[in-house]
Amino acid sequence: MLESDCKKYLTLSGLEPLVVTPESNFINVGERTNVTGSRKFLRLIKEEKYYEALEVARDQVEGGAQILDVNMDEGMLDGVQAMTTFLNLIASEPDIARIPIMIDSSKWEIIEAGLQIVQGKSIVNSISLKEGEEEFKRQAKLIRRYGAAVIVMAFDEKGQADNYERRIEICKRSYDILVNQVNFPPQDIIFDPNIFPVATGMDEHRRNALDFFEATKWIRENLPCANVSGGVSNVSFSFRGNNVVREAMHSSFLYHAIKNGMNLGIVNPTMLEVYDEIDKDLLEHVEDVLFDRRDDATERLLDFAESVKGQKKTQESETQEWRNDALQERITHALVKGIDTYIIEDVEEARSLSEKPIEVIEGPLMIGMNVVGDLFGSGKMFLPQVVKSARVMKKAVAYLQPFIEAEKDGKQEYAGKILMATVKGDVHDIGKNIVSVVLGCNNYEIVDLGVMVPPEKIIETAKRENVDIIGLSGLITPSLDEMVFVSKAMEKEKLNIPLIIGGATTSRAHSAVKIAPHYSHTVVHINDASRAVTVVGDLLQEDNTIYKNQIREEYEAFREQFLKRGKKKEYLTIQEARKNKFQIDWKTSEIIAPKDLGIQVIEDFDITKLEAYIDWSPFFRSWDLHGRYPNILKDNIVGEQATELFSDAQDMLKRIFDECLLKAKAIFGLFPANTVNDDDVEVTISDRHAVPKAFGVDSASYNETKQNQLEKIKFLTLRQQSKKAQGKPNIALADFIAPKASGRQDYIGCFCVTTGFGTQEIAAKYEADNDDYNSIMIKALADRLAEAFAEYLHKEVRTRYWNYAKNENLSNEELIKEVYKGIRPAPGYPACPDHLEKKTIWEVLKVEETIGVKLTESLAMWPAASVSGYYFANAEARYFGLGKITEDQVIDYSKRREITIEEAEKWLNPNIVNQA
Amino acid sequence: MPNIYTELRKRILVLDGAMGTMLQAYNFTEEDFRGERFKNYPTPLKGNNDLLSITQPKAIAEVHAKYFEAGADIIETNTFSGTTIAMADYNMQDLVYELNFESAKIAKEVADSFTSANPSKPRFVAGSIGPTNKTASLSPDVNRPEYRAITFNELREAYKQQVEALIDGGVDVLLVETIFDTLNAKAALFAIEEVKEERRVDIPIMVSGTITDASGRTLSGQTVEAFLTSISHVPLLSVGFNCALGAEQLKPYLQRLSNETAFYTSAHPNAGLPNAFGEYDQTPEQMQKFIEDYLKDGLVNVIGGCCGTRPAHIRAIADIVKDYQPRLVQEFA
Repeated sequence: MLESDCKKYLTLSGLEPLVVTPESNFINVGERTNVTGSRKFLRLIKEEKYYEALEVARDQVEGGAQILDVNMDEGMLDGVQAMTTFLNLIASEPDIARIPIMIDSSKWEIIEAGLQIVQGKSIVNSISLKEGEEEFKRQAKLIRRYGAAVIVMAFDEKGQADNYERRIEICKRSYDILVNQVNFPPQDIIFDPNIFPVATGMDEHRRNALDFFEATKWIRENLPCANVSGGVSNVSFSFRGNNVVREAMHSSFLYHAIKNGMNLGIVNPTMLEVYDEIDKDLLEHVEDVLFDRRDDATERLLDFAESVKGQKKTQESETQEWRNDALQERITHALVKGIDTYIIEDVEEARSLSEKPIEVIEGPLMIGMNVVGDLFGSGKMFLPQVVKSARVMKKAVAYLQPFIEAEKDGKQEYAGKILMATVKGDVHDIGKNIVSVVLGCNNYEIVDLGVMVPPEKIIETAKRENVDIIGLSGLITPSLDEMVFVSKAMEKEKLNIPLIIGGATTSRAHSAVKIAPHYSHTVVHINDASRAVTVVGDLLQEDNTIYKNQIREEYEAFREQFLKRGKKKEYLTIQEARKNKFQIDWKTSEIIAPKDLGIQVIEDFDITKLEAYIDWSPFFRSWDLHGRYPNILKDNIVGEQATELFSDAQDMLKRIFDECLLKAKAIFGLFPANTVNDDDVEVTISDRHAVPKAFGVDSASYNETKQNQLEKIKFLTLRQQSKKAQGKPNIALADFIAPKASGRQDYIGCFCVTTGFGTQEIAAKYEADNDDYNSIMIKALADRLAEAFAEYLHKEVRTRYWNYAKNENLSNEELIKEVYKGIRPAPGYPACPDHLEKKTIWEVLKVEETIGVKLTESLAMWPAASVSGYYFANAEARYFGLGKITEDQVIDYSKRREITIEEAEKWLNPNIVNQA
Repeated sequence: MPNIYTELRKRILVLDGAMGTMLQAYNFTEEDFRGERFKNYPTPLKGNNDLLSITQPKAIAEVHAKYFEAGADIIETNTFSGTTIAMADYNMQDLVYELNFESAKIAKEVADSFTSANPSKPRFVAGSIGPTNKTASLSPDVNRPEYRAITFNELREAYKQQVEALIDGGVDVLLVETIFDTLNAKAALFAIEEVKEERRVDIPIMVSGTITDASGRTLSGQTVEAFLTSISHVPLLSVGFNCALGAEQLKPYLQRLSNETAFYTSAHPNAGLPNAFGEYDQTPEQMQKFIEDYLKDGLVNVIGGCCGTRPAHIRAIADIVKDYQPRLVQEFA
């Protein structure tokens, strides 16, 4: 019976079904959620970073994986627990749980744990006759009872099948047992007839690929309804380190395996050349080996491999070579590689060949950008590369613009028009700019309103420009409320276009619970740039009602679930929480009086000193490259990109230093303080006359004037209220300062640093030059320098100005890990989410008057590359997250702050129980 | 011995209507729920409808008889919450075996008396297996999405106990119903397969899922087709939908299910959607009209009612069903 006669198809399901029919060609199994295959995934699971691990899964689904392989087989892991946790988490992510799961393990208990988690019909990978017929039957019977399909390895009591005859013998025997004795549905059987390496130099391996092809064909023709699968990367094992050959070998192997009937498989899409694009010479050498066509095939390929090894590194010669290609290829190459050297030349050539200049954009340039879009969408290009592509594209368009205007006919046809804005009161725009660039690359017209955009302007522009989507961004928590205002305004003005929400503090929960209910049309939260393209594409497709309804319902369900929750968590009253405060023994605790009390200012700081203090990991994160510096530079997946980005960053940093592009300023003060009424820190401002000073200058003269103009202000802190385990305290920052009642004088500090002056001007220059890449780069670096400055200044305070840790000697790595004594929490961050505290700091230090850093109405700092916070010196002081607080503390706080309850609620909103 | 397979080939079978709706009319008090036996039970028992099979068996038998009189071919046992998991609310886990056994026995006795009165219309008892009040693939705590209030094994064990008692009590069919989380249903099916193997018995299984709203998905997020794929590994008598929606709203999903499955199909929708007071006010005539649309399109083999339906609804359904042929089951291979 021929395979095509079988009408029973392998049918699987996640939240949606997957039917493997003869027409489905080849089902691609996502393989990066496998600890044995991905070092990154292994690290994430080991460090229990399950949420980041989920992103790996999401990337796979978005990259087109139709089944998700999950493997937790690693000696150091509790495989059952890891499998259970990860699959449970996947179940809570509808966009991942959409596709079926492949439960991959060599241990039966891990397989069974997985089978007990998935509601859909999954695939077990794998079982075999290795341990004999009884065990095989027992496992098969259970798999059937759990309702899963199964991969059967060509393996029996004697070992793994390594030739054609053994492969078909074991597969036939397994099939007969499963179908006749276990009553296993034949369409639910998937054979893995073992893909082994070729070109190993050993004669018995010469037919490895050929035997696989032939066995596959035999299975499909002789074992009715059964399927064939395999892990493709094995075949090229002997060419590790030579990706050119490996990629060619994978695609050739896959091409022929599919022709012979393999209908499922595990393939790394980044290790796959397009079959038609394999160099013909290389392909012939590779296929000589795969098909065992000549006795010297292996030697010939090895020799040939030497010649193509590291081909990608010889950029010089390659540069010359691509310049000889046809015009379209050159333009595409320039866009994909982000090379702008020749783009004007090439575009001019294209223009001379076109009837109208607009055709150059619609034709060659768009063809090239589509390639970029596809590569990015399939995970073969990374964010920094795409931003560079955009730079090339913009330069080309800018060159063409005068010609197009001269013709006065023809306008670029866009896929849609999108308004982007950072909301009122917020100044952070790196994420928004990245999303704009990525969407621009995908042929969307972007109307970018910049930062601090009031709702009226957003609505007015949306109407006037007739945009298709509004995108809002923001970083600080008050921006969350601003987004709610915008959504209300959109509803009032009867707009009906989708609203997309993004930015560091935004969340699906907030979008679903707080924004979506106010707007009767689509609201979507997008957490990274790469997802933006997919979402916008889906939103703007012709028939999008289903998609929109789906989002609406998803968010409604999510909201309901969210609002139902919360009852579970228990909270103490603020009085009870105060009784359970963090205890420091104030009789014995060491308090060191600052060497220099009062306020100090640093103007014109030598910014080059900060280089050593930069924490680079967040820099990579802002470009959607995830991993820890410096390991990220050697990462399997993003390493190459990270290295290139890092080198570009170094170049920019050198410019910043050499040309003094950015100005670094700081102000800080150290004051006597005591905690009063449990949660308030009363500070005695001894001196408000700030005298400009540079580091290294002795500041002893301060003590003399410190008794002038005594004034008391209060820092208000918030206290954790969630019910803790026995013996765990409910902390407030005030607990780290000695209470007045202890009779001991304690101290506190506060500060503001900035490296942001100059950023805007430089970024604007780059933008005018159509160079978003460098515009984003300078902002990202300014942010890093501000953080580095905060780190540096904190160290100086510890070891010099306050001088409570004079013998400290820590490396930058240790500084990043915060192993030092004392903390510097910042308003707006987990330990003190209350942004209003910034106003107090500004008042105490006279920040704006002295160094020029302003606060917006939402209390964001401007320039954006600024950091402010307090200093706590007690050895027991530590960072913590406030978590949720209840209404009694809000009321109490409003009295202390002397504002209305409504206003208090507005500022503390994200931290109030049952608010998103 | 009447055989449900033979009957299904001949005609559309009618399932009964709501038990809870009927019991409300009795206005049982806390004392009625307790009866003599649980007079001093420490937990409040009012609302534990399954318990009435022990404390008010006559009322249960009466409801069953009313549905048979109205024309039902299959009645469901009063065991919707008969698992240790659901009974934990009343602290009555130890009573699970007895509850199921007694409920099955009452139903079977009523059925047998109707069958002997009219052997040309044999009556059947379906052991009702509800979803429990916990979900195996959803976390009740949005802050801990990896957390589960119940595991597959806990569900499997609880279901196994219920299944054994229902079979001992004499049910003809097992009905796994109101499935809002497919993983719960898979645990129930796993338990049934275990019991079947251990006791070397075969008993027909009906499966009925719940499409919660207009999204066309189960509460656990599956589409109609994904749900069907996930439970089709067990040889089923029928697959269908019940609860949450009225007959009208359920139709498109039933249509899709009917297109895709080689099993018999069933439906027992609610009497429309609840009104503002949570009451179901669709009349028997209205419901009959919607059900007739199913019949015209040949969508079902078993049809009955869920929340809000009464004997009058079932009579209206039984009346119309007579005029139509059962859905033809396609042979896929």
